[in-house]
Amino acid sequence: MRIAGKGLIDRSAPVSFAFDGIGYSGFEGDTLASALLANDVRLVGRSFKYHRPRGILTAGSEEPNALMTIGSGAAQDPNVRATVQELYEGLQARSQNRWPSLGLDLMSVTDLAAPFLGAGFYYKTFMWPRAFWEKLYEPVIRRAAGLGSLSGENNADKYERAYAFCDLLVIGAGPAGLMAALVAGRAGADVVLADEDSRMGGRLLAETYKVDGVPGAAWAEQVLDELRGMDNVRLMTRSTVIGAYDQGTYGVLERVGHHGPRADGAPLETFWRISTKRAILAAGALERPVAFQNNDRPGIMTAGAVRAYLNRWGVSPGRAVTVFGNNDDAHRTAHDLVAAGVHVAGLIDSRHDAPTSDDFTVYRGAQVCGSAGRQRLESITIRTTIGEENLKTDCLAMSGGWNPTVHLTCHMNDRPTWRDDILSFVPTPGSVPGMTAAGACNGAFSTAACLNEGAQAAKQALADLGLKAKGIDVPVAEDTPYTLEPLWAVPGKGRAWLDFQNDVTVKDVKQAATENFRSVEHMKRYTTQGMATDQGKNSNVAALAVLADATGRGIPETGTTTFRPPYSPVAIAALGAGAQGAGFAPKRYMTSHKASVERKAPMIEVGLWYRPSYFPTEGETNWRQSCDREVNMVRNSVGVCDVSTLGKIDIQGPDAAEFLDYVYTNMFSTLKIGRTRYGLMLREDGYVMDDGTTARLSETHFVMTTTTAGAGEVMRHLDFAQQVLRPDLDVSFISVTEQWAQFAVAGPKSRELLDGILDSPLTTKDWPFMACGDVGIQGIAGRLFRISFSGEHAYEIAIPARYGDSLFRLLLAKAEALGGGPYGMESLNILRIEKGFITHAEIHGRITAFDIGMERMVSDKKDCIGKTMSERPGLNDNNREQMVGLKPVGAVKQLTAGAFLFENDDDPVRVNAQGYVTSVGFSPTMEYFMGLAFLQNGPARYGETIKMVDHLRGIQTLCEVVPPVVFDPTGGRVRG
Amino acid sequence: MIRINCPVCGSRDENEFTYGGDANVVRPAMDEAETGPWLDYVFMRDNPRGPHREYWHHVMGCRQWLMLERDTLTHEIGDCILARGVA
Repeated sequence: MRIAGKGLIDRSAPVSFAFDGIGYSGFEGDTLASALLANDVRLVGRSFKYHRPRGILTAGSEEPNALMTIGSGAAQDPNVRATVQELYEGLQARSQNRWPSLGLDLMSVTDLAAPFLGAGFYYKTFMWPRAFWEKLYEPVIRRAAGLGSLSGENNADKYERAYAFCDLLVIGAGPAGLMAALVAGRAGADVVLADEDSRMGGRLLAETYKVDGVPGAAWAEQVLDELRGMDNVRLMTRSTVIGAYDQGTYGVLERVGHHGPRADGAPLETFWRISTKRAILAAGALERPVAFQNNDRPGIMTAGAVRAYLNRWGVSPGRAVTVFGNNDDAHRTAHDLVAAGVHVAGLIDSRHDAPTSDDFTVYRGAQVCGSAGRQRLESITIRTTIGEENLKTDCLAMSGGWNPTVHLTCHMNDRPTWRDDILSFVPTPGSVPGMTAAGACNGAFSTAACLNEGAQAAKQALADLGLKAKGIDVPVAEDTPYTLEPLWAVPGKGRAWLDFQNDVTVKDVKQAATENFRSVEHMKRYTTQGMATDQGKNSNVAALAVLADATGRGIPETGTTTFRPPYSPVAIAALGAGAQGAGFAPKRYMTSHKASVERKAPMIEVGLWYRPSYFPTEGETNWRQSCDREVNMVRNSVGVCDVSTLGKIDIQGPDAAEFLDYVYTNMFSTLKIGRTRYGLMLREDGYVMDDGTTARLSETHFVMTTTTAGAGEVMRHLDFAQQVLRPDLDVSFISVTEQWAQFAVAGPKSRELLDGILDSPLTTKDWPFMACGDVGIQGIAGRLFRISFSGEHAYEIAIPARYGDSLFRLLLAKAEALGGGPYGMESLNILRIEKGFITHAEIHGRITAFDIGMERMVSDKKDCIGKTMSERPGLNDNNREQMVGLKPVGAVKQLTAGAFLFENDDDPVRVNAQGYVTSVGFSPTMEYFMGLAFLQNGPARYGETIKMVDHLRGIQTLCEVVPPVVFDPTGGRVRG
Repeated sequence: MIRINCPVCGSRDENEFTYGGDANVVRPAMDEAETGPWLDYVFMRDNPRGPHREYWHHVMGCRQWLMLERDTLTHEIGDCILARGVA
């Protein structure tokens, strides 16, 4: 019910919304929770395990009960805490975990079976038969218990990530945080003040105290006005600091778009990484409930929440409110209610020396031991020294004391410290380097203490930053002492709830202790206390107090479970912002991309690159037709293929040749200017790392090519070799992969084609196989390399990338005039398998030079990286799996990459495997399926028949072992 | 989520770097013919709990190989210098 004249809501701005399809009205400034309470809606959800009716418990992000689904369709957002969700026009909220409806939830029969369903029930019951767990038990249990669900549709919402840097991050904008930000802001520090609420002020908005003679909320507004006027202060509302990481890095979730209908272009959430030199934690404190029988009935709330609804939102959650507590703070709730004209039916204080009041009855030394009502609170049972009595009430405000919000101080592995005077854990100083706790999160509960600690923490941070605080006048505010006595669980029969979110009772925790799950971490896993979205914010301390009691230890010895990030739930979409769909990985396009797509070439991903798979022509209905045609085209006339994706590294300097000798197994210092050489590179452990050709353009200038897949790794390796291993060499290099477009022109008519576009024709004398040099291409300075990956007379022509598109189109036009055309990755692959050329399918990291028949390429005239290690006997053993070719000889003609090789008579089981297939393809030239494979002692076994078995695809093929080079083994064509 | 103070680029996010392993290993002389020292260099690593000297490559920045002191227990970052000429 609304209370006239109270609250910070805008009563001139009504807002209509719906809950479970029923329309309600609230005001601008309401949360969904405050608006529901104003409309007298008490039942808002069903509990996770027993489907018990539940109401709103808190007024903040720690809410365990009021979890709702907001919106529908792809934008459906489950498990939203109604206490955090701001009200907006047209908001649609739905309750969760009930069927068919919230009021009549048939699944609540599980509550009747509760005596059997205590902690450990599932572990003990569904043990046999083993296979049933995954197939039957778990799915059924999961369906019965649960939270909200996603739509299953693709999420169209936008999320962003952002970075910020500052001198001082202030976490929380209550009295301590505001004071800290003000002191630091006035001193000129670069300050970020972050608060999870939509409105800054923290508890000042929820209390009636005065600060410097004005209401707390008004003082907060004055401070915020001053902060807004400072260029060196940034205010972040709706921003939860969810984790403290190394070196002053903090993760912050900003809820940008949840407080209104979806806006075009704006992100829903932004995930920030804030790097700061100093941080002040002013996160406040969370009130803890008291466990007693049926303390989960809708209408039973924390006392601080009742006060917040009254003072901030002008809502009384009840007409006859009772208060139950063990501390002075609970009395404030009763006083505030009376002052606002709400009837307080009684205050039950467990302390015998509790203060009394003229405005309401105080039951000293009494406890609430039960509640009654159907889906909402109607009465409570009080146990006093003289007996039990019932009291009619529709709202019970309970307080078991306050827990400082220590979470962030524990994110770097430290534990909080127990303080007996306030019966709570407080941060251990120095837990997170550079972060200081101030105010209620540090166990200082009065407003004056919060303001003072905020100012002091800021002063210290400023000193650390080398800045001087000026004009600190800590305002005058209440400084009431906070006294309490222990009260965790009221003794009695029946279920007293500790963890509302996971339906964990006092009995469950005791049972865990009985069954020897005495460690707090074991108790947590056994009972599920402290799991799910609230992570035990409301229940941890009480649960471990019960555990301490049950195990005869003190609370400090029992200890806490580990607080880990995030502080409150974060959507995976926010963490992965920018990486959805096409944003997952960058796309690299070649300069020929557009022309290839115009020719309807399907693109395939090669690392980050997109390369044409094949170029279909009129009448071709499958890729094999195109591939076979392209292979024949290259073998018979001429083909053009974009090979720009290969890594290109420009290497220059007086010691460039010596450097290449160091990183390649073979000699490059002997390479003549104007010539190209194939090179093999090893890792330090002696295995093959990469291969490619390197051209010598001058005495001190080389251009190295790497494989497409290995380009990044090779560059990194060269950086290391040059900077760390051989800093004595005068050599520089840089990747020019993207600066040059490079095209293979391959086939018997390749020279004829090039003569048509080069400024001067090629001669046999100047351009033998492996020649390289500068050429003019239609007046543009380019480079030409007579190298071949197809076994044909071939060239690679390079031109600055800005001319790549036009050169590619020109090459295609010329090729087509000669009966040739473009070719793609499929035919490129067939052409190289026919020639036994390797790719990373073969040099996959476990292959030595010996395995690919290149051991003689490891020069004995010089040293190189990996040389000594490559000479280990085990890496040169004939029984190693070595590269061979395969040719099907039986009825089955298919070969598959990844299949294993066996002796014909052997069982195809792992121990008998003698090798495996790495590359396969149909050769239109040889007219059979060919493969490259690694086979034990392979080169000595040419002519043998072996068995290829693909267990995954169920294929078995008899093959003849053949040399890897099946086409033109003498290499006559490439030199022709 | 550590930050590394690159001597060339200044304080940068960990995402810009790749890890390059233990920087305490010493590469044998090129003409070392025994495999023993090479096996130590390539394969044998301590696994210290506490301060550790390691290589990082500023691959998304200046491309310099760096030598960084990092505490494997606390993630505390100490000195960061260019690896060039140190090893």
